[in-house]
Amino acid sequence: MDYLRQFWVVSVKDLRAEFRTKEAINASLAFALVILVLFSFAFDAADLEEAAMNEISGGLLWIAFAFAGTLVLNRSFVRELPNDCLDGLIAAPISRSALFLGKAFANFALVLAVEMISLPVFGIFYHVRWASQFPELLLVLVLGTWGVTVIGTITSALTVNIKLREVMLPMLTYPILVPALMSAMQLTTRLMAGEAIGADTGMWLKMLIGFDVIYTSVSLILIEVVLIG
Amino acid sequence: MSAVAVEGVWKFFGDYPALRDVKLAAAPGACLALIGRNGAGKTTLLRILAGFSRPGRGEVRIFGGGPRETETRRRIGFLGHGISVYDELSALENLTLFARLYHLPEPERAAREWLERTGLTRVANGLVREFSRGMRQRLAVARAFLHEPSVLLLDEPFTALDDKAIAVLQGLLRGALADGKTIVMSTHQLREALELASDVALLSRGQVAFHGPRTPEMVADPGYVYARYGEG
Repeated sequence: MDYLRQFWVVSVKDLRAEFRTKEAINASLAFALVILVLFSFAFDAADLEEAAMNEISGGLLWIAFAFAGTLVLNRSFVRELPNDCLDGLIAAPISRSALFLGKAFANFALVLAVEMISLPVFGIFYHVRWASQFPELLLVLVLGTWGVTVIGTITSALTVNIKLREVMLPMLTYPILVPALMSAMQLTTRLMAGEAIGADTGMWLKMLIGFDVIYTSVSLILIEVVLIG
Repeated sequence: MSAVAVEGVWKFFGDYPALRDVKLAAAPGACLALIGRNGAGKTTLLRILAGFSRPGRGEVRIFGGGPRETETRRRIGFLGHGISVYDELSALENLTLFARLYHLPEPERAAREWLERTGLTRVANGLVREFSRGMRQRLAVARAFLHEPSVLLLDEPFTALDDKAIAVLQGLLRGALADGKTIVMSTHQLREALELASDVALLSRGQVAFHGPRTPEMVADPGYVYARYGEG
């Protein structure tokens, strides 16, 4: 119970601080929308056949989400730098894993909010019926976003004291994210085409779940070393 | 058992030894003034005591426990160079947050009580980013004292405080000592520190040049320790 409370206190703190400044969420949302609009010009979505559009939809969507998500994730531990706030958190008698999960959950909520706003815009610009398999699409969004945020949060902790952290974070994050992004793209593409997740796509879903479980566990084990050395 | 024990601690930054075989102890209820020139290793030592940094060699114990153990962290109040409060939150929100992190039973009540004790009640709902430097430092003091720690590790606590705020902080520190709490305090403001200290440790280039009880000569002449044991 204590653990959950610690996790919640850290999450609420991060979300409250973000909603006061709206620095990360505004930048991330604007970036996601700009990417989607620019891609729609590049692919001339109006002229593409529906099947072709569905085929590229998963890739487009997750590239936009991954890039936009980085802007939120970069801020995660950078927020603790002014006034040495990270010292205050580390000094508190809370579990480091609760601290990590609290920050990861706050990031997850912010990135998911950006995705939820971007999704209808994507549907409009690309003429994709994203709502036809919405419950399953939501599951894929949740699993994929958790994968992105858990890797992004641990990388944010790792790079927080590096001068070139804005460059280092995506350089470290994207290669690790390849299996999760591949799975999320494949599943999203099928769902956008109106197909349900079945036996042929189940492997991608298992890979996505496995990725989340493995990297969440690894991050929880590593966070003490990453934060304090 | 010592409240704070430092046993043969070395700390290297690259090849440079910032601390060299430091041995110190503070008994429960003692106030140890950690003095030394800039770069002597005071902040490095305090950060190791607070568990923010590992010693290269040696060991520190707080009431017999390692500084990173959860129970030990509950007993430590740390005030560093950074004030460790969030600019985007109000003074009340900051203290309530830390009261929750330290599992205090009534977080908001504790937060309001410490805002009052540090003279910040009228700005309780003001965002920290709008505070003057002195107000921020007072809020940091409140954060460090909030959970009634048994060991206070204070790095330059009088910095940025005006005369009135210094008097408030000295009152808080005297109260803490009267309650049997242990204080380890690094400072360049020798007069204020030596008034409170029961023991003095002088660090010079990462080594302990002097460690012993405070004497009347030190209070009469704050430069005495430097002149007698230090680099002059």
